[in-house]
Amino acid sequence: MIHLVWLVPFLPLLGFLVNGLGRRYLSKSLAGIVGSGAVLAAFVISLLIFLEVKTPGFQAQVVPLFDFISAGSLHIPFAFQVDQLSALFLLIITGVGSLIHIYSTSYMHDESSEGFARYFAYLNLFVFSMLILVLGANYVMMFIGWEGVGLCSYLLIGFWFKNTNYNNAAKKAFVMNRIGDLGFLLGIFTMIVHFGSVSFPEVFERAAALGEGSKVIPVIAILLFVGAAGKSAQLPLYTWLPDAMAGPTPVSALIHAATMVTAGIYMIARSNILYTLAPSIQTIVAVIGLATAVLAATIALKQDDIKKVLAYSTVSQLGYMFLALGVGAYTTAVFHVMTHAFFKALLFLGSGSVIHAMGGEQNINKMGGLKKYMPVTHVTFLIGCLAIAGIPGLSGFFSKDEILAETFISNKLMYAIALITALMTAFYMFRLYYITFCGKFRGTHEQEHHLHESPAAITIPLIILAVLSVVGGYIGLPEVLGHSVLKEYLAPVFAPSAPFVHAHEHLSHNTEWLLMGLSSLLVIITIFFARSWYRNYEDNGEPRTGIAKVLENKWYVDELYDAIIVKPLMMLSRFFEEAIEKSGIDRLVNGVGRGVHWGSQQVRLLQSGQVGFYIFAMVIGMVVLFVIGFLLK
Amino acid sequence: MLTVLLILIPLVAGLVTFGLKGSGPKALGLVASLASLAVTIAALFQFRTAPDTLQLTANWIPQLGAQFSFGMDGMGLMLCLLTAISFLLIFIVIYNRDYERPNSFYGLMLLSQAGLVGVFTAYDALLFYVFWELALIPVYFLCSLWGGEKRIPVTFKFFVYTFAGSLLMLVGLIYIYLQTPDHSFSYASFISGAVAPQDQSWLFWLFFVAFAIKMPVFPFHTWQPDTYEQSPTPVTMVLSGVMVKMGLFGVIRWLLPVLPKGAYMWSDVAIVLSIIGIIYASCIAIVQSDIKRLIAYSSIAHIGLMSAAIFTNNEQSLQGVMVQLFNHGINIIGLWIIVEIIQNRLKIKNLNEMGGIAQYAPGIAIFLVIISLANIALPLTNGFIGEFLMFSGLFQYNVWFMAVAGLGIILAAVYTLNMVQKVIFGQSNGLTETTTDLKSNELLVLIIIVGMILVFGFYPKPMLELVSGTTELVNKVY
Amino acid sequence: MPVQYYIFLSIALFCIGVMGVLMRRNAIIIFMCVELMLNAVNLLLVAFSKMWADAGRVDAGGAQIFVFFIMVVAAAEVAAGLAIIVMVYRNSQSVDINIMNRLKN
Repeated sequence: MIHLVWLVPFLPLLGFLVNGLGRRYLSKSLAGIVGSGAVLAAFVISLLIFLEVKTPGFQAQVVPLFDFISAGSLHIPFAFQVDQLSALFLLIITGVGSLIHIYSTSYMHDESSEGFARYFAYLNLFVFSMLILVLGANYVMMFIGWEGVGLCSYLLIGFWFKNTNYNNAAKKAFVMNRIGDLGFLLGIFTMIVHFGSVSFPEVFERAAALGEGSKVIPVIAILLFVGAAGKSAQLPLYTWLPDAMAGPTPVSALIHAATMVTAGIYMIARSNILYTLAPSIQTIVAVIGLATAVLAATIALKQDDIKKVLAYSTVSQLGYMFLALGVGAYTTAVFHVMTHAFFKALLFLGSGSVIHAMGGEQNINKMGGLKKYMPVTHVTFLIGCLAIAGIPGLSGFFSKDEILAETFISNKLMYAIALITALMTAFYMFRLYYITFCGKFRGTHEQEHHLHESPAAITIPLIILAVLSVVGGYIGLPEVLGHSVLKEYLAPVFAPSAPFVHAHEHLSHNTEWLLMGLSSLLVIITIFFARSWYRNYEDNGEPRTGIAKVLENKWYVDELYDAIIVKPLMMLSRFFEEAIEKSGIDRLVNGVGRGVHWGSQQVRLLQSGQVGFYIFAMVIGMVVLFVIGFLLK
Repeated sequence: MLTVLLILIPLVAGLVTFGLKGSGPKALGLVASLASLAVTIAALFQFRTAPDTLQLTANWIPQLGAQFSFGMDGMGLMLCLLTAISFLLIFIVIYNRDYERPNSFYGLMLLSQAGLVGVFTAYDALLFYVFWELALIPVYFLCSLWGGEKRIPVTFKFFVYTFAGSLLMLVGLIYIYLQTPDHSFSYASFISGAVAPQDQSWLFWLFFVAFAIKMPVFPFHTWQPDTYEQSPTPVTMVLSGVMVKMGLFGVIRWLLPVLPKGAYMWSDVAIVLSIIGIIYASCIAIVQSDIKRLIAYSSIAHIGLMSAAIFTNNEQSLQGVMVQLFNHGINIIGLWIIVEIIQNRLKIKNLNEMGGIAQYAPGIAIFLVIISLANIALPLTNGFIGEFLMFSGLFQYNVWFMAVAGLGIILAAVYTLNMVQKVIFGQSNGLTETTTDLKSNELLVLIIIVGMILVFGFYPKPMLELVSGTTELVNKVY
Repeated sequence: MPVQYYIFLSIALFCIGVMGVLMRRNAIIIFMCVELMLNAVNLLLVAFSKMWADAGRVDAGGAQIFVFFIMVVAAAEVAAGLAIIVMVYRNSQSVDINIMNRLKN
């Protein structure tokens, strides 16, 4: 089965080609079937591959397809690598991807059939790129997928291209990602120079041979992390992700919550040895992850757009994952990627269902009391909120609690901040839930009249994701409760770094129970707080003041970037254009021309027309030549 | 034999075209460019089996030691292929446009093609110089006769500027000629290492300035945006797609092997100038509102990267440059074709007056997006492979140079996406609502271009293999 | 006679010719001065020819061929030049060269 792995990305590519080329001729249902079918088929193959990989003792396999680049001493094959990590990501991508494709067939039904096919073509292209990203057997392949998903994100954020704001958001996402990509590229070049290769096994082997204390590895690690920070929306490159919510909601669920933004985590988990060997960089990763988590969580507290809340929540959760990576808990980070994919996709799709019912309205102040109109959406959304908040028994609880426990081992202060962030998460999620689903309906009568539960194509994915959000955590049970299947499964991937990990203390079972109990208790108290404040929420329409206003305006980070980067760049460009190009270089060049012109005009005066003068000049000239000739002799 | 045929076809066809009337010039132009392409492809096959048969040497001016010496290596062949494809695509796309005095227009176009092929195949310094000028002259007439409002001063500047550079090169050529032991202009004696190191130092500048003006490299670039803006678009395609490659080609074929020590001595300066050019031109491109000028500055930035990579003395980057010579040509011609189509429909060049074309002409929009993505070197498009190798070489030369040049990637994304957004996205206006979508000949050309973008993006191996021989040769001498 | 004498005479004749051309305004006089210069050269050629012949060079006579060339050219020149001067005189009733600056402007 492994040798058929090329089919996994190929099927979505085929779907892209069919939908893209035939967008004028395909009916909506056909386009939907082609789009969803391609991903679903890829899921089935992924599942078969996964079953094969899951057998104990499976060794990573590289499937070469053809020579991509071979220049001088550099050889980069177009090859796929199948191992435990990529197989798991395959499942997440194609699994959640299929659900979202199915969901989209209903959600995007109002588009023209051409737009509908275009949408599915982009979505399939995205799945293709994402699969290339996780399947690539070397960093260049990963980079191909990396930029590919960036492109699809650009295309899908700007899907409704008539809206200039959406286009600006798309452009911002692409450019910010490119900043990260430059770091990634520099990291690749450093590898080429120092390791002479970009393929995973060779790089890791040579890095391990260098061991700790090498100067190269931290450089590579930090450069790759710049790339990861761009793609996974970490400080300081996170501002594109909330803006990216301009895209259709299923896109936000798939790309900007479940899959693409976790590429950074995949990359660092994949390169775990590089980070294990560079503890200083690990600390940076952890600090940036934590800072992002806190910052985004504070912003999420005061957002009124349902998707913006979820977007900042995503940024915050991604920060959590980087925190886990930073403290060396690679398995935990991947675990959280998985559970987050389930409940965040669920929440986004649920919000999509709400937005659909509200006729495109996204402001939660205009909603309220939706639970009696949309029972399925309501229940599933509640499950999502409970999962992300970390209520014991649901998937989010296990993964988040493990991150907290690992942080506790590594640094107590970080643990405290992470715990507060977790409480903020619970608070803003339930604020969102209560404002949206409880209380009175605050929209217009017309909207109220139209409120309805969404069709089956929307609710079935919601139900499946809700089930996964509940049970997904049981593959990673903490030690006190039993046995982590995931840890055992992923062990071979992180085996290379094992020898270099400093044997750190294990938490005693009592401490672990205590931490778990503490966080659960605090979360439940927070939820009750949120309930008492927002259960009967009335929008008084007063503008916010003080800190709330700062939070509503996202700490003014966008404005800050505008002032320190965008405006100076524009000024510099104008300066180049006006001062240097037009009045500087070009004037100089034209000045040479004008100088020659002026000089010629002066010399022209010698041509007086007096024959006598000419002859005189001639004689003088000859005499001068004779004299020079004489002197030179 | 094929090599000479490749020059003779456009030369003879061009001369004949001057005497034709009606639709004759169009047809002959098309036939001649098709024939050139066929011959080039034949040469490609012959290059694999018997590369020596592509060489041809005959007496020209024996007293001077100048010969008719033509030949092809991988790079020359690839550039001939680029020339043949470019002219064919251009002739197809302008097939239903009407130019005044079509016989002169097509004749001059074909003559410039002959000149270009001559430059790429000449293995004799004097012959190279002759073709170098020969390629310039028809373009001068094309620009000054069919150009925009300000064509006369702009073309004059273009001609004088490039001609001044050529004269510097001529001085250098003659000096080197006098140094050669057998007083010969042949390539073999030029690269035999007869030039003393202290001479190489100043000779380098004679050649570098000539080539830098042609490319153009900062600060010798100011003729280029004006000329691109004022020339008729088919001529701009020739200029930016093929003719600027003469400068880069000249550096690889002549400057590096003939003056290796000079190039080594001044490589830092040349690279710094090129990198300044990348950032500088990218910044200016961001604030352009004229689509032609925007693409012109984007081209300066891309060429800057190539010229920086040439001097890194690195096998990978040299190979990257050669691949990029071809791919950049294809991409930029693609962009110009889109510009030509938009101008044909809307008669405007100002980006701020465009917008919303995607709704009315989705074909134009799709092709513009794909070609723009290739222009910013997205992986799996043809632009990626060259840029990757060039950056890799630059990185190995100096990390900081690469980091600064790398900012160009980000800026390229900014200005290219700005352009895409302003042209095809957003709300339409009264003018852009009238845009009609692609006609069949335009569609054909764009499909060919996008096909090449994707095929060479996915599978660049044949290209890399084609030029690897040249790299080895240059590396051996350099 | 030593060849120096011929050289000095020839230089003197040539300088007179040059000064005449430079200083006189009458076209006919200028014309005659030009002839003077030509003949100064002729004199020199003949003198050197004789000198080399005395020194035993068999091909020394070749220089005298040049003299004939110059005489023929001078004759042709007189024919054309005098005709021009005659035409100028007919047009402007003068042979002063300072009025012949019509090419200017």
